[in-house]
This record gives sequence, C-alpha cells and structure tokens, in this order.
Amino acid sequence: MTTTTLAVLVPLLPFLGALAGLLLGRTVPGLVRPLAVLPTLASLALAATVAWRQGGGQAVDTATELTPTGSVPIELALYIDGFAALTAVLVTVVAACVQIYSTGYLRDDPRYPSYAALVSLFTSAMLLVVYSGDLMVLLVGWEVMGICSYFLVGHYWETPEARAASLKAFLVTKLGDVPFLIGLFALATDAGSFRVTRILAAVANGGIEHPTLIALLLLAGVAGKSAQFPLHTWLPDAMAGPTPVSALIHAATMVAAGVYFIARLLPLFEASQAAMTVLAVMAAVTMTGSALAALAQDDIKRVLAYSTIGQLGYMTGALAVADRGAAVFHLLSHGAFKALLFLAAGVIIHAAGTNSLATMSRMGHLRDRVPDAYWTMTVALLALAAIPPFSGFFSKEAVLGAAEHVVTGHTGHAPAAAGWIVLLAGLVTALLTAAYAMRLWLLAFRGYGAEAPDHGRQPLTMTTVLWVLAVPSLALGGLAFRVLPDWFDGHDLTPTPTTSVLGTGVALVGGIITYATWRHTTAHAAARVPLGAVAAHPEGDAGLVEAEAIATHEPAYGDIAYAPDPSDPGRLLLGPLHRPAAAGFHLDALYTALFVRPVRAGASLVRFLDREVVDTYVRGAGTLPRWLGAAVRRAQTGNLQTYVSVLLAGTVVLAVAAVLVATGA
Amino acid sequence: MHLAYPAVLSALLFCTGLYGVLARRNAILVLMSVELMLNAVNLNLVAFDVWLSRTAEETLHSGQALTLFTIAIAAAEIGIGLAIVLAVYRNRGTSDIDKLRDTAEGHEPDGPDSDATGRETPVPRTAGEKAEATA
Repeated sequence: MTTTTLAVLVPLLPFLGALAGLLLGRTVPGLVRPLAVLPTLASLALAATVAWRQGGGQAVDTATELTPTGSVPIELALYIDGFAALTAVLVTVVAACVQIYSTGYLRDDPRYPSYAALVSLFTSAMLLVVYSGDLMVLLVGWEVMGICSYFLVGHYWETPEARAASLKAFLVTKLGDVPFLIGLFALATDAGSFRVTRILAAVANGGIEHPTLIALLLLAGVAGKSAQFPLHTWLPDAMAGPTPVSALIHAATMVAAGVYFIARLLPLFEASQAAMTVLAVMAAVTMTGSALAALAQDDIKRVLAYSTIGQLGYMTGALAVADRGAAVFHLLSHGAFKALLFLAAGVIIHAAGTNSLATMSRMGHLRDRVPDAYWTMTVALLALAAIPPFSGFFSKEAVLGAAEHVVTGHTGHAPAAAGWIVLLAGLVTALLTAAYAMRLWLLAFRGYGAEAPDHGRQPLTMTTVLWVLAVPSLALGGLAFRVLPDWFDGHDLTPTPTTSVLGTGVALVGGIITYATWRHTTAHAAARVPLGAVAAHPEGDAGLVEAEAIATHEPAYGDIAYAPDPSDPGRLLLGPLHRPAAAGFHLDALYTALFVRPVRAGASLVRFLDREVVDTYVRGAGTLPRWLGAAVRRAQTGNLQTYVSVLLAGTVVLAVAAVLVATGA
Repeated sequence: MHLAYPAVLSALLFCTGLYGVLARRNAILVLMSVELMLNAVNLNLVAFDVWLSRTAEETLHSGQALTLFTIAIAAAEIGIGLAIVLAVYRNRGTSDIDKLRDTAEGHEPDGPDSDATGRETPVPRTAGEKAEATA
C-alpha cells in the first residue's frame, strides 16, 4: 500500500471502530473491548509505518476535491511532514494505552461501550487534525474533538460537578472557536485556499493583507483549545471526567492541538510581530499563573491539570520565539509523561479511595500498595520537573534555549521582547514546576498515619500501560534530541549550557525548598488534623471510586480545589497567595461578574421586554376585534324567523338597489 | 286568460306563504307556508311558460318541466322536513319554532349528540328536560 493509503486508514480505523462500537455496544457486549482496543492498535501500527516511510523527508502532500464549492475550494487533503508524522505516532500511542487502561479502569461501568466508542471517535478526530492539509477539514476534526470532550467530561453525569464541568468546557472552548472560524475565513479569503501549503506559499509571497488580525483571531481558538490564559478555566474543572479521559484528551492530545495548529501555520504568525508578542505574554502569564495554582491544589488531578496548562504554556512560549521544533518536541515528551502521570494518578486514586492530597498524606504505606504507580510516577514527575536525563529536561531546555537564541539576537523571526518574556517566565515556572512536582510526590507517597486500605493488586491492564509509557518519559528526550531536527525544521535542539545549568539549578532549588518546607510542616505533628474524604465503595472498579471521590471532596472540605490542611508545604510556600491560588486566582468569580451576570441580566431584560412590552401590543391589537365580535354575536338570537326576516329585508334592499342602478336613476 | 290573473294569484300565494314562514310559530305550519311559496312559484312558471309559448315559434316548455322538478323536490323536502319536525317533537315535546334556539349565542349545547363531545363541560339539566328527552 502507498503511504497515502496508509495515512488515510490511520484516522479511518478508529472512526469505524467508534461506529461499530456505538452500533453493537448493546447487542454484542463481548465485542466492545476488542472494538475499542484493536482499531487503535492497528492505527498505531499504521501511523508508525507512515512515520517510518515519511522519515522526515519530503512532506506527503495529496488532495482530492469531492465537489466544487463555488468559492474557496475545500479539499480532502493530506499534508504529512515530520511534525504530523511524529504527532500522530504520539496520539496513537497514548490512545492505545488509554484504551487498554480503560478496559481495567471502567471494567464494571454500565456506560463503558459508549465511553470506548467516544474515545475512539476522539482519536480519529485528533488524527484528522494532525494529518489534514486543509483547514476546513482540520476544523471538522477540531470540533468533533470538542464535542467528544464534552461527552467524556460529563461521563459521570450523575454528579453535578461533571455536568457543570462538561458544559463549561464546551462553552469556553466554543468562545474561542467563533473567532477561530472567522479567522479561518479571513485567512482563506486572503490566501484563496484552505490548503496549508498554499497558505504558507501566500505568506511567503506576502499575499496575506492582515496578518495581525488573522493571527489574533486564530489565537483565540488556540487559547480555548489549548487552555491558555484567559480561556484556560475549563481545564481544571474538566478533571471531573474519568482519569483516562483526562490523560488522553485533557493532557496529551486535544489540548496540544492548538499548539500543533500554530506550529503548522507558524510563518503566518511570524509575519506579525504583535501576534508573536501577544503569544509570548499569553504563554508567560499562563505558565507562571498555572504553576502557582498547581502548588495550592488539593485534588491530585487538578494539580496535574494546572501542570498541563503550564506545560502547554511552554509550548506556546516556544512558538512565540519562532521555534516550532522545540514546541513539538516538548509536545511529544509532555504527551508521554503527562499521560503517564494521569494514568498513575488514576491508579493511586483507586488504591487510596480519595483524590485529595491532604487525605493521602495521612495514609501510611500508600506507595507499597501501588509500587508500579509509585515508580512510574516518580519517573514522570522527574521528567515534569525537567531533571536530567529524563525526557522533559531535553524538551524544556530546547524551549529555553530557543528563547535564549532570540534574546541574544541570533534570529530575526521573533521580537527580542518575546524572547525575554518567555525566558524569564520559563525559568520562574521551572522553579515552581519542580516545587509542585515535589509536593505532589511527598504528599502522595511519603504520608504517614493510618495504613492505606489494601484492595489487592491493581488490574494488570492498568499497571502494564504505566511501564509502557515510562519508557518514553525516561528516554525519549535523550535519544531523540539529535535525531529530531532532521524531522523538524533543522533547528538544533541540543541543550545549551547556560539555560541547562540555569533551568536545572532552579528546578533543584524548587525541589529542595519544597522538601525542607515539608520536613518543617510535618514536624509539627501535633498540628495535624484528621481529614478525610474517602470513597464509600473502595472495592468497586476505579471509575466508581473516582466518581465518589470527586463527589465527596466538596462536602468534606467545602471546596472542590482546596483543603484546610496545615501540614501542606504549598500553604507555607505560597503564604497569603495560597487561598487565591487554590481558587485559580478567582478568575471564575471574575468571569462570573464580568460575563455571566451581564448575560443573565440581559436575558431577563429581554424576557421582560418580550413578555411585558411586545406582548402588550399583541394583546392590544386583539382587543378591538374581540369587542366587535362580541357585538356581532349579539345578533345570534337563535330565532330562525328573525334570520329569515333579515334575509328578506336584505334581499329587498339589494333588489331595489339593482333596479335603481339598472334604470339609471 | 290574461296573464295578470295567475300572476296576481301567485303573488298573493307567495305573500301568504312568506307571512306564514315569518310569523307562524308551529313548525308544521311553517313547512306548509313554504309549500305555499313553492306553489306560487310553480304557478308563475306554468303561467309564464304558456304566455311565452304563444309568441315563440317553437318551445321546449322548459317552465313546465321545471315545475315538475320543483314538485318532486318539494315532495322530498316536505318528507324530510316533517321527519325532522317529528324527531324534534319527540325529543323536546314541542315543535314550537320560537323555543328551538340552540344556535343562539351563549346557548349551551345539549341534546343526545352533544353528550359524547361535551363531557368535560357537563350541562346541569332540569328533571323536566330529562323527561322530555326520554319521552
């Protein structure tokens, strides 16, 4: 088969799997698991073949036009360069891992068939986004991912948190998608095509008239999808979904789609200095703010969610300094270790029966209950904190190195201001990232108190996947940084000494400070208050335990993200910032005051106008005919003879009139 | 015979019938008045047919043919009319046309056929009306 055929099959197989799963899920329950796992594995094999054949050489670029549209043509186009080939491999690897993991995680869930089908559909849409060479086709995948995310976040729709979170995720991302769509149309109007290749050619020829406007419009959609400030607020709440969904959609793939999109169209963004500066500021605010918030979260998954936002901030930062190689490199390594972190967190939540770090820190020997999750999560947290030689170190240093290149004026693609912003914010975030990674590890695995409950070993499907993902988390960066430039733009991704020393140094400082603080706070053992929000059915499958853990967190602590735990090192480190950081710097409250309340007030005003003003005129218009009708109805006496008399009188009058007219009188 | 005689006679008959239709209270007498009016028309038809046929070269006597039609239709009409009057009388104990005001504005429907449709608005009936209905 040709590479094109293989590439078409890559998104098609999970799509067919999703269709078959939805159709057969109820009638043939035995087929659900094979239908979920096998198409994804097959498309993993195909994506790997496509990547191997493409080999970082000439991009595969084919297109067919199904039907003429009259104006700008929409084509079914493939455009597979090194970025697309490798991102597709990452997507299929994570998707396959998540599908296998889900068979164990949701083994008793009655809605597993539709869940698995939606995950397959999501995988297919993401692969479409990755491979598509036509922006309209890309948009189709983009929106299908959005709706899959909505359904999967709301998987536990019995809980009000999940319902609210799914709606919020959908609406906030749509808020970005509307300007995104307008931006796509504006871009296509200027370039005369939706094809990526033609658009890039138009950019190179200076054929785009309003690059700043278009770039900013597109940036809104990217901010919504990739959870960048100020549209990031949906991602922490989206953790109300099942953990495998968080791993696949809200950590490794969908949220990376925005970054990937900019990476595809980077020359367009480079054409506008303003857009690059906005991108840099957005990345800087996102990474520092989310890292501070991550340090204060109590829910283990919300820590990871804020961490995802921050790592996506690194990727947008790399794009702001015009190095898409570094951005996609970080996308790949982050996808691997963040998926691993989430999947391991799912195992821990299942074993501990809670998602609260405060409660975990009061459980002894939790790490002995889940040795696989303990070791793999340690690897992934080291990768997250960018400690050499783990993969996160190389990709993060690539980002910081690119920023340093811009600062020192080695490239004319990005403004120097953007370089400074990204470099400084990146270093601050490296410190904070190490701090919250350390805090997470200490609270989850170094707790002491009552023995952690023992439910026996975790399902093999769940633990094997962790080790599979631990390999790239450990080794991907070190092995790939020399090879990847051949696949990407040719930019060197080797860590530069200055940023390496600086980045690793601040990370170590962050980790050590957190450790010292933790020793200090836990020394005050007398101040340790018993805390608890533990699932009611710890013997159930992991999905059930997690749903119960989410549902009990707010009744137990009064807040979904906050726990009044005096032995939390984050509390001492952040000081007065702790409370606002736990609440995500009250951005939700701000948005409620700024947008939700005015919209509601406007809605009630419209309601008032409709009911009281418009309806009054309508009713008034009806009154006169009604009165006339009542007057005419009085003539209906029911006496036939009266009717006939009136009929006769009318006939006589008409006859006389006719005679008079006829005689001309 | 001059045309004036039958014409005047038929006008008188018609006016009598019209008076009967407008003024009589008994439904049977109203029907009889209708017959009078029909016959006045018949008389006119026959008279004018004869008068016209005198001057015309040849005629189809359509006036007389139409009269036959009218008579046949009048017979059918009086049959149905009398049947209705009988049914009304059996139902209500009266054939007085002043009392049959079911179509008046604000009049609640009653009678045997409205029971099926008007169940949700039951009409309070007097014992006398029920007795009439069963009579």
